[in-house]
Amino acid sequence: MAKIKYKTTINNISQKLRLSETARKHHGKEGATEAENIINEYRAYKYAKALMLIVVLFLCLIALGVDIGLGPYSIDFIKVYEEIINRFFDWGGTLDLEGKIVWELRMPRVLTALLAGLGLAMAGSAMQSMMKNPLADPYTTGISSGAALGATLSITLGIALIPGNFGTVANAFVFALIPAAFIILMSIYRKPSPAMIILSGISLMYIFNAIQSYLMIIADPNAASAVYNWTVGTLNGASWDKVPFLFAVALLGGIVLMYMARILNTMNSGDAYSKSIGINVNRSRIIILVTISMVAAGIVSFTGIIGFIGLVGPHIARIFVGSDNKILIPAAGLMGAGLMLLADCVVQIVAETMPVGIITSIIGGPIFMFLILRQKKEVW
Amino acid sequence: MSVRIEAQDLGVSYGDNLIWEHINLDINQPGLVSILGPNGVGKSTFMYTINKILEPTSGRVLLDGDDVMELSFKDIAKKVAYVPQSSGETFAMTVMDTVLMGRYPHSGYTVTKEDVEIATDCLIKMHMGEYAMRNFNELSAGQHQRVMIARGLAQMPELLMLDEPTSNLDIYHQIYTMRLLRDIAHERNMTVLIICHDLNIASRFSDRVIIFRKGTVYADGTAQEVLTDKTIYDVYNVKADIMPVDGRPYVIFHADEKDELDPDHQCGTVEDPAVEEIEKEMAE
Repeated sequence: MAKIKYKTTINNISQKLRLSETARKHHGKEGATEAENIINEYRAYKYAKALMLIVVLFLCLIALGVDIGLGPYSIDFIKVYEEIINRFFDWGGTLDLEGKIVWELRMPRVLTALLAGLGLAMAGSAMQSMMKNPLADPYTTGISSGAALGATLSITLGIALIPGNFGTVANAFVFALIPAAFIILMSIYRKPSPAMIILSGISLMYIFNAIQSYLMIIADPNAASAVYNWTVGTLNGASWDKVPFLFAVALLGGIVLMYMARILNTMNSGDAYSKSIGINVNRSRIIILVTISMVAAGIVSFTGIIGFIGLVGPHIARIFVGSDNKILIPAAGLMGAGLMLLADCVVQIVAETMPVGIITSIIGGPIFMFLILRQKKEVW
Repeated sequence: MSVRIEAQDLGVSYGDNLIWEHINLDINQPGLVSILGPNGVGKSTFMYTINKILEPTSGRVLLDGDDVMELSFKDIAKKVAYVPQSSGETFAMTVMDTVLMGRYPHSGYTVTKEDVEIATDCLIKMHMGEYAMRNFNELSAGQHQRVMIARGLAQMPELLMLDEPTSNLDIYHQIYTMRLLRDIAHERNMTVLIICHDLNIASRFSDRVIIFRKGTVYADGTAQEVLTDKTIYDVYNVKADIMPVDGRPYVIFHADEKDELDPDHQCGTVEDPAVEEIEKEMAE
């Protein structure tokens, strides 16, 4: 029955295409089975990728529980989830000691890790797809170094855009958006090609780094050390009042990037082709660039520069789910979140005060290298 | 479902380099139309002006009477499909996902079941069914080309433009592809516009042949009218004999007589031999 229905569909399509006699021969009995096989295979492929997404999500949830449990007062994994679930049923109730540790001490840090990893890796994967460059990440586009310069200005010279606790954060955020603003200004005169975006990002990076180095040389040692700590990326400053901001950035960024996923896919085939299927390439590129910059800037300004997640998260995800951005972006995000949680677990075990940025690079590097060497099929 | 393309006093320059100007063409009959001409003469450029990839510096292109510069990319994409000569994918997807790109103008964000069925159909038609789930980057140049043609077909346009669709194909697939394109053009009553360097392939399958030379349309008509030894000598500066085969001109080149090739020959745009490079850059 299904077969007959299928055949009619194929016939309808054939009629629609008004296939030539020669071509129609391929749609005889054998052709139909071939088409059917292909469609089934494609569907199975998509299901497999979706399943992989669920597996990574599950692993993230496990890592989350383990990470919260780690620390000077270690809490059992099951107990952690008991506390979390209890809290949802009894919102606003009084917390026991373990509840306090889970919710007040550790949850902000762990959520910051998760959201930072999620956002940076999603931004990284979109950045790579948009610029058709496997090396694109918040570093090579000048976002991180812009943030670092903003933070340095605030820490060493006390020059902040807004007074108070969030001075450094606000500075970092605004300065991180300079490269994107620069590209948008440039795009009035020239079309923003991927090479132009990445090269101007790199030249801005050098300029920012030079100014930052000078500021650190003239600064007093304590301030210089604070700057240094900031630039390697740390979760130690995490608190509940910062989490909603990170959450909003990751969520909004994720929604926009997911909406642009199919456009990102076609950008890979070149600007001319993308235009030919109805995409306003220059406008889309600016929208994506602004989104990516907001996400990366938002995260980096709170946590400092956490290296490697934005670059490696997407690549590991590519190995497992391929390069279709509709699956890649969420997969990369979850992979980034998982890596951050893993790195934080290591921090909790080894030395609590160690900046997490150091660990992400130290564990991320070898994992990435191993995957590249093991990879037989060409993904890039 | 045929679309009418009119180039009115069309001109394009890249910077100071004039490619051509005062081009007037009216493609109002469905069928397979071939554009011939030497390297760098601006054949691809002409295609780019039809689907707004490139903005003309003078004149205009009308698509069914509408100036393309006033249409949105999306409106054009519903009528016009473009198959590039090559595709440099950095992060390639599966062949199936690649062909599904062609459905974007019709389906937007969501890929429907019908899209997958159409894409499958087009892949099978281009003899690429067995490669549907392979990664695009794993294929050979000829297979890439067949996938890209399938992607163009999946777009179900009224005008299908292909930039050297047979350049990487073996003889069997050259003939197969050209026959398919011609038949689709006739049966769907649509226009298929191709850029071609193989005069005999163009001669055999085209309903109309347009030859560009040094900033002008040098000849325009049926293969019999256009492909003469004089035209070929004027345009390419190569001596050739024409032999009628099945009522179509068959071109035999005097390839061995080297002294007949003029070393200073420049049939492309004299001012700018790098047009092809710029065109290639545009496509990336």
